Amino acid sequence: MQLLTRANVSSSPSRRPESNPFKQECHGHNNADNSLFRSKSDVAIELTNVSKSYGDKVVVDQLSFTIASGECFGLLGPNGAGKSTVSRLVLGMAPPDEGTITVLGEPVPARARLARSRIGVVPQFDTLDREFTARENLLVFGRYFGLRTRELEAAIPSLLEFARLESKADVPVAELSGGMKRRLTLACALINDPQLLILDEPTTGLDPHARHLIWERLRSLLARGKTILLTTHFMEEADRLCDRLCVIEHGRKIVEGRPHALIDEQIGCDVIEIYGGNPRELISVVGPYAQRVEVSGETLFCYASDPEQVRVQLRGQTGLRLLQRPPNLEDVFLRLTGREMKD
Amino acid sequence: MWKRYAAVLPANPWNWVAVWRRNYMAWKKAAIASILGNLAEPMTSLFGLGFGLGAMVGGVDGIPYVAFLAAGMVATSAMISATFETIHATFARMHAKRTWESALCTQLTLGDIILGELAWAASKALLAGTAMMLVAATIGYASWPSVLFALPVIALTGFAFASLAMIVTALAPSYDYFIFYQTLFLTPMLFLSGAVFPVTQLPDIFQQLSHLLPLAHSIELIRPAMLDRPGGSVGLHISALCIYAVVPFFLSVELLRRRLMC
Repeated sequence: MQLLTRANVSSSPSRRPESNPFKQECHGHNNADNSLFRSKSDVAIELTNVSKSYGDKVVVDQLSFTIASGECFGLLGPNGAGKSTVSRLVLGMAPPDEGTITVLGEPVPARARLARSRIGVVPQFDTLDREFTARENLLVFGRYFGLRTRELEAAIPSLLEFARLESKADVPVAELSGGMKRRLTLACALINDPQLLILDEPTTGLDPHARHLIWERLRSLLARGKTILLTTHFMEEADRLCDRLCVIEHGRKIVEGRPHALIDEQIGCDVIEIYGGNPRELISVVGPYAQRVEVSGETLFCYASDPEQVRVQLRGQTGLRLLQRPPNLEDVFLRLTGREMKD
Repeated sequence: MWKRYAAVLPANPWNWVAVWRRNYMAWKKAAIASILGNLAEPMTSLFGLGFGLGAMVGGVDGIPYVAFLAAGMVATSAMISATFETIHATFARMHAKRTWESALCTQLTLGDIILGELAWAASKALLAGTAMMLVAATIGYASWPSVLFALPVIALTGFAFASLAMIVTALAPSYDYFIFYQTLFLTPMLFLSGAVFPVTQLPDIFQQLSHLLPLAHSIELIRPAMLDRPGGSVGLHISALCIYAVVPFFLSVELLRRRLMC
């Protein structure tokens, strides 16, 4: 039997190693949920019982959440869960059928324009103008915010620097790589110096290097006090960036909380992934020694507060590969939206 | 319902300029080709139709046929230019290129964007109409300085046709539908509005119908200006064009709101 112990197995699940110390430093005010909202002006986005249907299909169902100024709030859910519709509702690009939306103190969609003047958006799909260079895109986009050419020409170099595109200023967008385009979109979203950023799957389709660069840029924005609404289905992204998150499926909120609190609540123990054998047969062997077991494809996920017990049971079985690790958001996500939720 | 409509109307009188400038910036990159195209088109129609047909027809209403045709072609080129800009280029910016989508994420409203697009299409119509007029003037068929009165009319004509085409853009599922607008609306209008022959040649019922057509009103204003003749019912013609510019605009805002913001 081959034993793979990749992560810090000795750490107890309730004290999961902090993956993002930077976030803690910058968001000290978020130490307790009840201290988040000191006054009305501390609320960046508030959705109250919002519903939205297209024909017979309910896309958003009685959804409520509140995002405090300066926090990074993750909206997680499988494809088609209604995440992008929530972004559209918040921007006033679609009216809700029911419920109320307030963004930066403005009622949406009635006064969405005034809210949008203080919002930066990174849409899910690339909307850069392919007829223009990087610099021209920033200029055109800045003018949409009513900014003067002179102001923009002064601001553009620092935005290009922020996006690490200084050397690409006069390159047509069509010639930029996927990661560069995404960073340029982020720079465009910052042209009006927004208080709030709405990022719809900002790193989908990027290679790991490009993704890490975006994450690093987003953390520096959080450090500057920006509020972020992040829509994603990358659990690692949510874990790295989000102070709080909300998992939705079929437009309904399933759970909301801080990433680590959710991991403790929903999983609360180490995970052993077992592969290389017949998972159905293995269930009967390890099942009694685990709090919960789940099969996904050819892998058996074993949630055990005493992982040693599980390993003892498997001793002597050949061809098995074991990976013991602390629980993560993906476990939470799969538990909430995965097999157990399917009917 | 009314509240939702009010929220997408132009936010102020100047927001649309940013959209116009975006289109101007993109156009500048291919300006020479565009201007050459605008000059080549009138030459073919004026020289081809004017002199070919003119030799057979002789004069119309006491003036050479080319002089008669020139004013019709100025208005027609404004119509065609504004229409094509709106149903092709604007549709692409709304649909495939996602230009509107990014603009809608800013403080612009849908109405601001539409107004900017219409103003841009009217600008291109002014360019096309002016090019046609320059060619006519070069061969001596435009009177100076009365021809200058035609310039605002060309721009207004462009705006009216862009506004009408915006409704088609709002309703068309794809490019294929634009052909109906061209063949069922624009082409008949060309022959019913007195562009290539006088309206008086038409059966009475069509003469009545021509009073409703925006191109007819445009020609009624441009022709006297180019020929330095006294024009009649100037107020009526301008009002008619203004109605065609304004009413479809407000209608298209609602149609596009339903299409894009639901």
